[in-house]
Amino acid sequence: MSALLLPALVLGPLAAGAVAAVVPRERGRVRAAVGLTTAALTALACAVVVGGVATAPGHEVRVALAGWEPPLGIVLRADAASAALLVLTTLVGVAVSVTVAVRDDAGGGPAFWPLWLGLWAALHGVYVTQDLFNAYVLLELVTVGAVSLVALGKGRSAGPALRYLFVAVVGSLLFLLAIALVYAEAGTLDMSAAAGRVAPGPLLTAALALTLVGMGAKMALFPLHSWLPVAHPAAPAAVSAVLSALVVKAALVVLWRFWVALAPAAGGAAHVLAVASGVAGSAAVLWGGLMALRQRRLKRIVAYSTVTQVGYLALVLPLMAPGGEAARAAWSGGLLLVVAHGLAKAAMFLAAGVLTAAYGSDHLEDLRGAMRHRPWVVAALGVAGVSLAGLPPTLGFAAKWQLLAAGVESGQWWWVAALLAGGLLTVGYTAVVLRAVSAPADAGEQAPEPPPAAVPTVQAAVPLALAVAAVVLSVLAGGLAGLVADTAPRGLA
Amino acid sequence: MNPDAQVHESVLPVVMLLTSLVPGLVIFFLREDQVRLRTTLNMAGAVAKVALVAVLVPLVVAGQVQRAAFPWLPGVELVLTADTFSLFFAALSSLLWLVTTVYAIGYLEGAPHRSRFFGFFSLCVTATVGIALAGNLLTFLFFYEMLTLVTYPLVAHRGTRAALDGARTYLAYTLGGGVLVLLGVVWLTVLVGPVEFTAGGAAAVAELAAERPGTATAIGLVLLAGLGVKAAIFPLHRWLPVAMVAPAPVSALLHAVAVVKAGVYGIVRVVHDVFGLRVFADLGLLHVLAVAAGVTIVYGSLRALTQDDLKKRLAYSTVSQLSYVTLGAALLSPVATAGALTHIFHQGIMKITLFFCAGLFAEVLGLSKVSQLAGVARRMPLTAIAFTVAAFGMIGLPPLAGFVSKWPLALGGLDAGEPWVLAVLLTSTLLNAAYFLPVIHTLWVRPPEEGARWVTEPHRVRSIEAPASLLVPALITAALTLACGVFAGWDYSPWQIARIIAEGSYP
Amino acid sequence: MTRLELLLALGCAVLVVGLVAHLLARDLVRRVVALNVASAGVMIVLLVLATRGTEPDPVAQALVLTGIVIMAAITGLALALVRRVEAPEDEEAP
Repeated sequence: MSALLLPALVLGPLAAGAVAAVVPRERGRVRAAVGLTTAALTALACAVVVGGVATAPGHEVRVALAGWEPPLGIVLRADAASAALLVLTTLVGVAVSVTVAVRDDAGGGPAFWPLWLGLWAALHGVYVTQDLFNAYVLLELVTVGAVSLVALGKGRSAGPALRYLFVAVVGSLLFLLAIALVYAEAGTLDMSAAAGRVAPGPLLTAALALTLVGMGAKMALFPLHSWLPVAHPAAPAAVSAVLSALVVKAALVVLWRFWVALAPAAGGAAHVLAVASGVAGSAAVLWGGLMALRQRRLKRIVAYSTVTQVGYLALVLPLMAPGGEAARAAWSGGLLLVVAHGLAKAAMFLAAGVLTAAYGSDHLEDLRGAMRHRPWVVAALGVAGVSLAGLPPTLGFAAKWQLLAAGVESGQWWWVAALLAGGLLTVGYTAVVLRAVSAPADAGEQAPEPPPAAVPTVQAAVPLALAVAAVVLSVLAGGLAGLVADTAPRGLA
Repeated sequence: MNPDAQVHESVLPVVMLLTSLVPGLVIFFLREDQVRLRTTLNMAGAVAKVALVAVLVPLVVAGQVQRAAFPWLPGVELVLTADTFSLFFAALSSLLWLVTTVYAIGYLEGAPHRSRFFGFFSLCVTATVGIALAGNLLTFLFFYEMLTLVTYPLVAHRGTRAALDGARTYLAYTLGGGVLVLLGVVWLTVLVGPVEFTAGGAAAVAELAAERPGTATAIGLVLLAGLGVKAAIFPLHRWLPVAMVAPAPVSALLHAVAVVKAGVYGIVRVVHDVFGLRVFADLGLLHVLAVAAGVTIVYGSLRALTQDDLKKRLAYSTVSQLSYVTLGAALLSPVATAGALTHIFHQGIMKITLFFCAGLFAEVLGLSKVSQLAGVARRMPLTAIAFTVAAFGMIGLPPLAGFVSKWPLALGGLDAGEPWVLAVLLTSTLLNAAYFLPVIHTLWVRPPEEGARWVTEPHRVRSIEAPASLLVPALITAALTLACGVFAGWDYSPWQIARIIAEGSYP
Repeated sequence: MTRLELLLALGCAVLVVGLVAHLLARDLVRRVVALNVASAGVMIVLLVLATRGTEPDPVAQALVLTGIVIMAAITGLALALVRRVEAPEDEEAP
């Protein structure tokens, strides 16, 4: 059952996207209805697949499309990592769909639906593909969808969208070259099959380095991050949420899968690259955090926070390197962090969207009094910030615990220091936001608090729901972490 | 704590958390004007918690430990255990939560954002009881960090610039400490697994200390430094006087029930139940801790001398008094341990009385400085009596509670072969007298200031001097201060229970 | 250096030239064109790999075809965005 649904996870939203595109632009309600129906069905299918993965032997559901096995055919495979990403994508996807359905302004107009559904399909594809070239094609599909969605933003969003497109395509080209090198070595495009057929050498090292840089550019890993704080805030609110919570993760998943399959064969060179990833990640954590502290616009703060969190995710590579317990902890911690960050970041961007809609601006100065007038939205920001900072009782804490355990286990103290410092910076910029929206009551010199415009209740409730999900999932973190840790990759040789 | 105790798997520890968690979450969703429902929920939760403690104490003292464990991440569990020590702390916090709830309801009558306040207030107590019931370091950390987060909105509650600044300092200090605790807990858990609190120390930690003393010392130092922030050990104490901007019930909570107590409770747990006193002494850390505590005791008292703001003076007094607990926990003597544990309870009831009274002076007469209190006893005699009783207790006069805990500390110092402790205690007692007696003198003896507003303005004629919901809690805790001293010999008095707990640390 | 290696090096060189031009150019259309040059470099590498064996490798050739189609689509999107970026302020509103 769940194996049969794997292709449907990709083709279903894609077909629905096509249907939505055929519906005339003026019939926005119909497009929204198509989108919501798809979201509900996708959620159902994801639940079945995740259940299938959890119960399947080896925690793996696999299907060869049309019965063709590799090397000729293409295999879709959902493992524990895919399950974690499907859970995240479902939660965020439904939240975003509901938000735009109740207020299509949040998505940038009727063009949102076909693009978003297509993007959703491509994301699912990235999570379950085993084929390197497929991964490239799907990533390009993700890029096209994401860039077009950014361009739906109000004002001058075309520039940031173009900048994003350029970086993403350069990253893809580097990745495509890496695929060519692997294909030259292994003669296959199937990742797990290629793993056994590559030998250490300059070709494999180059392939790993190209993938690290290429995917690093796509997921805005420091120092290739400068496009993100421009592009993500320029997009409509719901799109920013999708970009930070999900799109960044697509490149990350491809990097991790490529790395897990091929890095162990590369020997010492992989260690050097892992350290490079760790250094970039640590720098991202500190730089992103410091920049977030200096911003005065809510969406920019949240965007820089994504730069920080991508840095954490880059730390997973060196943390996994020693293998054994450390690899298990780092791998499960990394995937928990993907989910925790996705939920928190979607909650933050959607909350920022509600506040922007209510106050007509996302400048912190203009949001004074939001604590009083929109307490639930501010609560969502606060809880999401706590989860990002990795404090209990949230999913972020579980993730951070695992990553720290991996670092301590293998004595990699530098990465431990970066993890701890990043948490403090996160609390710092969350506190800046909370302080700004609470507006000192005794500040006589300031203008009176601006009255907020009305926002649909459902839209205002969605961010809090996501933030609460991050708290509730922390209780279930053990199940997810256990599932993931069972299938943890071995470390580098 | 008792190694021979029978362990029962039970849901009672979880229920203890739920009695404040559920009301807290519901209260967030109430409208401001649903006063009756909110009050009912608050009081029901508080009373239920006290009742549960009352049910559990005889069981646990008889050696039946209640335990509830939940798998969390692979290889680590969240464990809630109701043993003697955890109930001791839980009893203190639930009892004082009850009286503070009454006080807070009266204090905030008609103030804005009460649903938010009482929501976080309940979460704060949930976190504190979670800390009390934590059965291992991970669970302790879980609630320890949660406590920081839920008290932040309480400190910032007034929303004034000063309140927000104070709350920011509070957050910076406590989360900085939290990071260290996190590091220490992860480090230890990775090396020896998720050790549960065991009276006399965990065997696995003792092995670690024997094999890799350098690592064990480092972990111990990191944990102490982290916990030392909330325990307000010099020089990590600076947040405490700054956090005085909070409303009086929150100050009471911070100083007596929750935050600072979480710090010293954590120190006792780490020193006695994770490392074990002897292991900690062999690593050389016990001495470091004792000296830090001694310095803090004298420093806090000296700073308190010069404060004119009553709440600030009380805050520095807390800095000093807390380190009595730390000092006692760092002495290798059963008497000192019992004294330290007793002081956790006694300092709580005495300090909360003082803060209640400070709040009363501020609310009823608008006085917040020591110098303004001249002659106030004529106008508010009951409050002045409560204040005086608690202040005498703090100084350590018999037969009040403070004496019952200070005396064993001094004896313990001699018993442990650390005579300098006696000097520290004597100095501190003199200083205590020096900063409390002038307040009492001002209250009772000095004539009211000419033209003070409360003298010239005829006050509304009432049957009693202040709203009952503010006055009664202060009187109750003042009475407890007396009772804990007079009835220290009773089987279930804090002193007797503390002695039972202390025995466990010397296997 | 064999012919194969020479051609591979040529492909890489084209990629590098394209990327450098892309990064240095200021004009947006130039940047799009440079990106296409870079992609041509990668395609050359793939095509050369297809000729390694005695028979041409259909898989590699299929990859090149797909790659060209994707690049064409991306170029289209990029040019549409360039037009919007360079449009006068009043035309930009959709």
